[in-house]
Amino acid sequence: MYVIIAGGGKVGWNLTRELLAKNHEVTLLEAGRDRYLTIEQELEHQVQYGDATELWVLERAGIQRADLVIAVTGDDEDNMLICQMAKEKYLCERIIARVNNPRNREWFELLGIQPTVSATDLILRLIEHEVPSYGLVHLLDLRDEQLEIIEVEVAEGSPAASVQVADVKLPEGVLIISILRDGSGFVPKGDTVINAGDEVLLVLDPGLEDSITAQFAGPMT
Amino acid sequence: MFVLIVGAGRVGAAAARSALASGHEVSVLDDDPLSHERLDAGQPTSWEDAGGRFTVGHGIEIEALLEAGIDRADLFIASTHGDNTNLVIAQIAQQRFGIKHVIARVMDPARAAWYETQGLRTISPTRHAIEMFESALNEITA
Repeated sequence: MYVIIAGGGKVGWNLTRELLAKNHEVTLLEAGRDRYLTIEQELEHQVQYGDATELWVLERAGIQRADLVIAVTGDDEDNMLICQMAKEKYLCERIIARVNNPRNREWFELLGIQPTVSATDLILRLIEHEVPSYGLVHLLDLRDEQLEIIEVEVAEGSPAASVQVADVKLPEGVLIISILRDGSGFVPKGDTVINAGDEVLLVLDPGLEDSITAQFAGPMT
Repeated sequence: MFVLIVGAGRVGAAAARSALASGHEVSVLDDDPLSHERLDAGQPTSWEDAGGRFTVGHGIEIEALLEAGIDRADLFIASTHGDNTNLVIAQIAQQRFGIKHVIARVMDPARAAWYETQGLRTISPTRHAIEMFESALNEITA
């Protein structure tokens, strides 16, 4: 796969290293002269000097044949434009954009730039994962497909505890796809009994989270 | 006509003053409070006394845009010093707020030309400068 990465900060540089280690062809674009010279000592011809929002810089990097363009500069407007041009001008099929300020996510979506990655959101998810009181963890949003995968812990005394999978009262559009128990996961059958303490993965239509938490949350204290 | 101008640099401030002088309602948004001085410079009255509006804020922030009156703008001019900021906020004005007349100042002629083909009106001072140098050269060497 040929990948172009815009922005040679910590994210872009390390991403380039990782992708090269996985035997992908990568070109990193860095607009800062000093930063470029530093990176160039390690990456040599795999880094190019230039502003990735300029068309000739993208074309010199071979954007016409890129399979994936990743924009991870520290500037949201730059990341939006790089991805917009990659997608709409150069018809690159896959793009990934970094959102620096989560308040700008709305504009990325407005311009049709997806998926996006935001450090703030990732840390928030980590907090949700580490703080059990949140109960429900979003694992994956498939926006285009209108599906979500979430993880929820089965509380002691909840309606779903000690109940067979087939008998858990779930609304239309929700399916239990996996149970994590004692450090390993398995795909349950209808007669598998869910235990308190299990973590259950569900696939669902967006917006049904609230109807699910009641089944797995413990009695109100 | 209600004109919203984001970016009160030399170009934005001058365009704002002439729009106001032509009798339009003009609102200016800039993240630097000191840029207000450009609107007042050399004028007999202050920008506000002359009927202008000025809001401090960044053009990519929705609260700032709303405070500056974007929801009732007829003409939106993106004239900050950043090409990419101008291209993004001009598209926000078009697509999110449905403003009919949107103009973005884009220094880079290549990007200006491409976004022009995508239905965004752009003004590229660099392109004009190049054309003027070319015609001056032709004139001298003719």
